[in-house]
Parts: sequence; structure tokens; C-alpha cells
Amino acid sequence: MTETKQSRRSLVRGTLAVLGAAAVYEAMARSGYFAPALLPTLPTIGRTLVAMVVDGSMLEHTAFTLYRVMFGFGLAVVVGLPLGILMGRFQRVENFFLPLVSALMPIPSFALVPLFMLWFGIGNLTTILIVFYAATFPMMFNTWSGVRSVNPLWLRAAGAMGADEHKLFWKVIIPGASPFIITGMRQAFLRSWIAVVGAEMIAASDWGLGWVIFDAKEFLNTDIMLASLIVIGLIGFAFERFVFGSLERMTVLRWGMMRTAKG
Amino acid sequence: MVPIEIRDVSLIYDTPGGKVPGVKEVSLNIGASEFVCIVGPSGCGKSTLLNIIAGFLTPAAGEIRIGGKKVDGHGMDRGVVFQDFAQLFPWRTALGNVAFGLEMKGVPKDERERIAHEQLRLVKLDKFTGSYPHHLSGGMQQRVAIARALAYNPSVLLMDEPFAALDALTRDDMQRLLAEVWRETRKTVIYVTHNVSEAVYLADRVIVMTPHPGTVKTEIRIPLPRPRNPLSVEFLDFQKELLRHLGYETGAGEPAKANGKANA
Repeated sequence: MTETKQSRRSLVRGTLAVLGAAAVYEAMARSGYFAPALLPTLPTIGRTLVAMVVDGSMLEHTAFTLYRVMFGFGLAVVVGLPLGILMGRFQRVENFFLPLVSALMPIPSFALVPLFMLWFGIGNLTTILIVFYAATFPMMFNTWSGVRSVNPLWLRAAGAMGADEHKLFWKVIIPGASPFIITGMRQAFLRSWIAVVGAEMIAASDWGLGWVIFDAKEFLNTDIMLASLIVIGLIGFAFERFVFGSLERMTVLRWGMMRTAKG
Repeated sequence: MVPIEIRDVSLIYDTPGGKVPGVKEVSLNIGASEFVCIVGPSGCGKSTLLNIIAGFLTPAAGEIRIGGKKVDGHGMDRGVVFQDFAQLFPWRTALGNVAFGLEMKGVPKDERERIAHEQLRLVKLDKFTGSYPHHLSGGMQQRVAIARALAYNPSVLLMDEPFAALDALTRDDMQRLLAEVWRETRKTVIYVTHNVSEAVYLADRVIVMTPHPGTVKTEIRIPLPRPRNPLSVEFLDFQKELLRHLGYETGAGEPAKANGKANA
């Protein structure tokens, strides 16, 4: 099968799944068993979405949320990646950090929101820190596992060819651990979204998709809630497809370190 | 190229079950540009010995000198080829893999790519310079590994059963190719194998080791002219002699023993 034909087929399959889910929802909304105010039809949601895009409010909310996600996620990568590498490479660093990390990791980021609100107030700082907290651990843990699973033969071969510790880091350990690092980024990004929406519900004033959803509850605006959820879903899809998907295609898939699912 | 002196080298493995001797008081002198094969049953410490020479393991006693210089850790005077195909870096093309050692040495990009091209031509892979390892067959990957170990021009090449995981036909091709590469480069080679015919085909001298603890049992010179004919009477005689030293019965009609442990 040619590549374009295959990608067209995968597009058709993906679209079918989305249409199927939409049809199930629409059937429920129109069945008459539920109040239209609680389960608005898709056209209603669509109109609300378009209206919010046109008046610019949706874009602004999205921009705020994206800013918080990217800032917190970026910070998590900057901190979690090197820390994970050091933990995987040096027993002493692992001994030092692992107990602390193991204790902090199971604390839900959402449980920290009230505390962070008292410490840092309402707004960007708190939400970004919550995102950072939620995203750092999956980044770090996956990197840590990745470094420990680097084939020792690569390290031996590189050592025999005169690679020092610095070169080993950049030329062997990071590419060698890349399947795990990419998985870590994915998970960290996902956790970032979960955290940001939760944090915005309580700790953001006036802006952000989480705030919009929470605020809409006051006026029974289920269409606004669902429109916001669709936006979150679309952003997630775009990132998966264009950022992580491309990253994977350019690296681990190209190198044969990971394979696509069987055709 | 340089000679290698191995003097009274011993190594003991510290395992959960107690101390296990790996190799015991091994002494060997290997001449410059000599091709030496080390054979022995599995577990006899031949790979351990190679890893000591490579500098990956530190001996408990004794010392190794390469070109008069004492071995202390790994160094760029030695190139190493392992058995496992996975030794190549999957994120680098064949060319990138071969150029790695030169990159570590700080050789400029153009220069190292030129040398890497040359090395890949030597192992007949000049058409696959841009391929990633997962697109190459096992035999091709091992050829890249040989080119990679030769690229930064070490004086000694250490090979740990590099063709053991290949099918028989490919292995024959690889042996021919390696004999050619050796004739052209004249490296001092230490080659570990458990394949007797491979040893007779490649080596100037074959070292036979005994297991538990690994010591040198005997050595056999192979003065046959090259390229060698594996079907000639002399070739087969050397094979038989080696098998006998390894504890296999090779008498006519008698089935060979399942393994060499009984006598070794």
C-alpha cells in the first residue's frame, strides 16, 4: 500500500470514530429524555462556539490557558529532563532525590491549589506552578527510566571510541533514552492540561478555559461548557498530531527505536 | 602496528554465589600485525580476557602492555567489535556511526566523513552510507561495526565473536571480507570465537583455553597460505587438531561428543 493511500485510510477511520461519537451524543440530546438546557444539541453548541470565536472571547481564554500550560510544561521539561538524566546516571543523585520525589509524586496537583492560592494569590503564578508541579514528575520519571534502559553496549562502544562523560550525555544517553523522553513529554503535556483546567476553576479570575467552564455553571450555560471542552479537545489533538507525532516521526520512528502499529 | 604483552593476568568475578575465577594467570605475547584467535568452550573466560584487554574490566593481578604502554581503562589505541548487532547507534546512519570515534577525537566534519566513506568502502558498504542500522541486515550491521572500529585508526582490533549471530553463508562472506580488511590494514587482531573453522580460516595463531578457571591450554600456529581453502586437507587437519584440544572426539565414524566439557 502506498503511503498516501494509507494515510487517507487512517484519516477516514479517525473521522468515522469522531462522527460516531458525535452521532451518539446527538441522539441522546434529541431523544427527549433529557432537558435541552442540560444536554444541548450539537448545532446549539456549534453556534455558541462560533459566537465566542467571533467576539474574540474564546481566543482570549484559550490564549491564557495555553500560556499557562506552555509556561508550566516548559519549566517541567527544563527541570525534569536534566534531573531525570542525573538520577538515572548517578547513584548518589538517585539516592538523594528518589525518596522525596516518590513522596511528592502521588500528591494530586489539584490538592495543592488551595494552598498555592494562599501562598501565591489568584492568577497566572499559581496556575503555572500547579501545571509545573503536575508535569515535572512524569517528565522526570520517564527520563529516569529511559536513561537506565540505555543499552550498555552503546556506552561501552562510545567509551571505547573515546567519548567522555559530557559527550556520552549528548551523543549517546539523550538519543538512547529518546523513546522514553518523548513519552515523558507526552504524559507531562497531558497532565499539564488536567492541572491547568482544574487550577483555573478555583485559582483564576476572569480568564482561562477552566474558569469559563466553572463560571458557565452559574448560569446553566451547558453549551459554553461543552464548547470549551471541544476547544480543549481540538488543541490536544493538534498537539498530538503536529508536535508529538512529528517529533516521533523525525526521531525514534525514523531510527527504528519505535515502530508504528501493525498495518 | 604494535605488539601486545599479556602477563599473568587473573580476574575473579564477585557473584552472589561467591567468588568465581574468570581467568587465571594468562600470559600471551602477540606480535605486531598478528591475527590471533582465542577459542574455548563457552564460559572459559575468553570474552572476559578480551574485555580486560579492551580495558572494560580491570584484572585482579597481572598487566597488559600494548606497544609497551600499560593498559589502564579503554583507549583509542584499540577498536572493539561486539557480537550483538545492537552495538550500533540506531539514531546515526552508517556514516554517522563510523564517524563517531573521529568526532570524539575532534576531527573536522569534512575530514571525518571522508574517512568514514573510505572505511565503508573497505567493508563494501559504500552504497549504504546514509542508511540507518535498522534498515541493514545483520551482516551489514556487523560490517558497519568493523568499519566503525577501524575508522579512528587504532593499532589493535579486538573482536568478540562478531559473526556468531549470523547465518552460515553470511558468516563465510564475513570471514573472507575480514581476511581482506586485515590484509589491507595490517592491524594486530585478537579475535574470540568458539567456531573452530573460523579460527583456522582467519588466524596466524590459535590460542586454546580451558574453562573454570580460564587458562591457556595450548596454542597452534596456522602457517597455511592465504586466501585459505576451507576444504583442503591441511585446513581440515588443523580443524581436527583444534577440536581434539577442545576435547571433541573426531575419530572416523564416531559421533562427536555433545560438548567438550568432559575432557576440557
